[in-house]
Amino acid sequence: MFRNQYDTDVTTWSPTGRLFQVEYAMEAVKQGSAAIGLRSRSHVVLACVNKAQSELSSHQRKIFKVDDHIGVAIAGLTADGRVLSRYMRSESINHSFTYESPLPVGRLVVHLADKAQVCTQRSWKRPYGVGLLVGGLDESGAHLYYNCPSGNYFEYQAFAIGSRSQAAKTYLERRFESFGDSSREDLIKDAILAVRETLQGETLKSSLCTVAILGVDEPFHFLDQEAIQKVIDTFEKVPEEEEGEDEAGEGEAEAAAAAPAEQGGAGAGDQDVAPMEM
Amino acid sequence: MTFTIPIENGNGVKDAEADSQRTLYPYVTGTSVVAIKYKDGILMASDMGGSYGSTLRYKNIERMKAIGKHSLLGASGEISDFQEILRYLDELTLNDNMWDDGNSLGPKEVHNYLTRVMYNRRNKFNPLWNTLVLGGVKNGEKYLGMVSMIGVSFEDNHVATGFGNHLARPILRDEWREDLSFEEGVKLLEKCMRVLLYRDRSAINKLQIAKMTEEGVTVSEPYSLKTFWEFKAFTNPTVGAEGS
Repeated sequence: MFRNQYDTDVTTWSPTGRLFQVEYAMEAVKQGSAAIGLRSRSHVVLACVNKAQSELSSHQRKIFKVDDHIGVAIAGLTADGRVLSRYMRSESINHSFTYESPLPVGRLVVHLADKAQVCTQRSWKRPYGVGLLVGGLDESGAHLYYNCPSGNYFEYQAFAIGSRSQAAKTYLERRFESFGDSSREDLIKDAILAVRETLQGETLKSSLCTVAILGVDEPFHFLDQEAIQKVIDTFEKVPEEEEGEDEAGEGEAEAAAAAPAEQGGAGAGDQDVAPMEM
Repeated sequence: MTFTIPIENGNGVKDAEADSQRTLYPYVTGTSVVAIKYKDGILMASDMGGSYGSTLRYKNIERMKAIGKHSLLGASGEISDFQEILRYLDELTLNDNMWDDGNSLGPKEVHNYLTRVMYNRRNKFNPLWNTLVLGGVKNGEKYLGMVSMIGVSFEDNHVATGFGNHLARPILRDEWREDLSFEEGVKLLEKCMRVLLYRDRSAINKLQIAKMTEEGVTVSEPYSLKTFWEFKAFTNPTVGAEGS
């Protein structure tokens, strides 16, 4: 392929000003199973799809508690994700110890982003191959951030990463304007519905997804399987044929439109906007 | 009073050098600081004296300084160590402001940071020779705490350092209330400072009172208290005493 000449190490620029190793790292994020985050003014919900290697094995943990007021969902190389979660826990606890006060999540994501950037500028390192959805609180309320391997971070009202996340993103795009004032229950329901989008036809069961929530008066914790199943039951009872097909139809159409665009982009080589601009 | 540990070895010169790196005794010192919570926030009072041993050498030292938007630090003990602490806090507040993200250090955070600093220095046998009073108001919550030179730290409704602990706090224990108005609070502090002026030889009659509320921190201009030295107990102190 055209871009193979300049992709040997992370410290080599391409003639069009791209760092291919960093972009390849972001591809790794897209290979991981989906993770979704959304927030209201007072709560953040993180949800992910549980993927197991085989029927014999347990599924990988993709959501981690960083502190009572911060949680993170990962997609991509889960080993890299664990290491970064440990770093976040360490930063958070050191801050709590020195100042007896929770570390504002906005400051934590900057530390995380700076750490990721270092790996894009050392010839003996490689970028972290994991995308992180960080949800947390600070003085101004609840926040959701996405940290990517490039060292960039963005704040979101709602976001999805990983494989087939485009379907979830489409769903969220339609509803995000109402999330700010959503109740806690509605936010959870929207998160689970978004997870359902990424399953694309597979029946949604509580064993297939993990959901965690944190809020202004609620420390970070996971929802147990029964609670998730109860929420699933509320909308699975609704006549699913029209609703399900419409959403699935839209989701597939979006996914179909998106896929050739991505492939076309990759084929054309250096003409496009680099994915790290997303 | 020294902080050296007697170790029998042949490293005389090396020990002396190491000792010159650690705090042994204070040189220029400030006396008591007294602070109380009142209805709208915190009031703190201290005089402006710096003693060089038994000489009252400096009479214009501000021993209370605002920290960030929400806090005020008062100190007794070694003045140069207080100035060093102000430099640490300057750096801390500067970095906090540079984030420019709507989050700011409140009095609780500053108090805990200072506790860590004081305790870590004590562990190295090189203390900052101060007793610090940290007060402030943030998001409607009043905070008043103290840290000593050995890292003992706590919060209370009224605190004092040095002689203030012995002379002012008994008055405060009797007369402090949750809902003191500003005028009542100032009168109460002046009563404590007057007693300290009469009885603490390192105190001078030039004091400042600082006010912390949600709106911010203000330190008053220096002023003096009215004193009366013709009390019978002063003119004839030993009348009725044992053995007189």
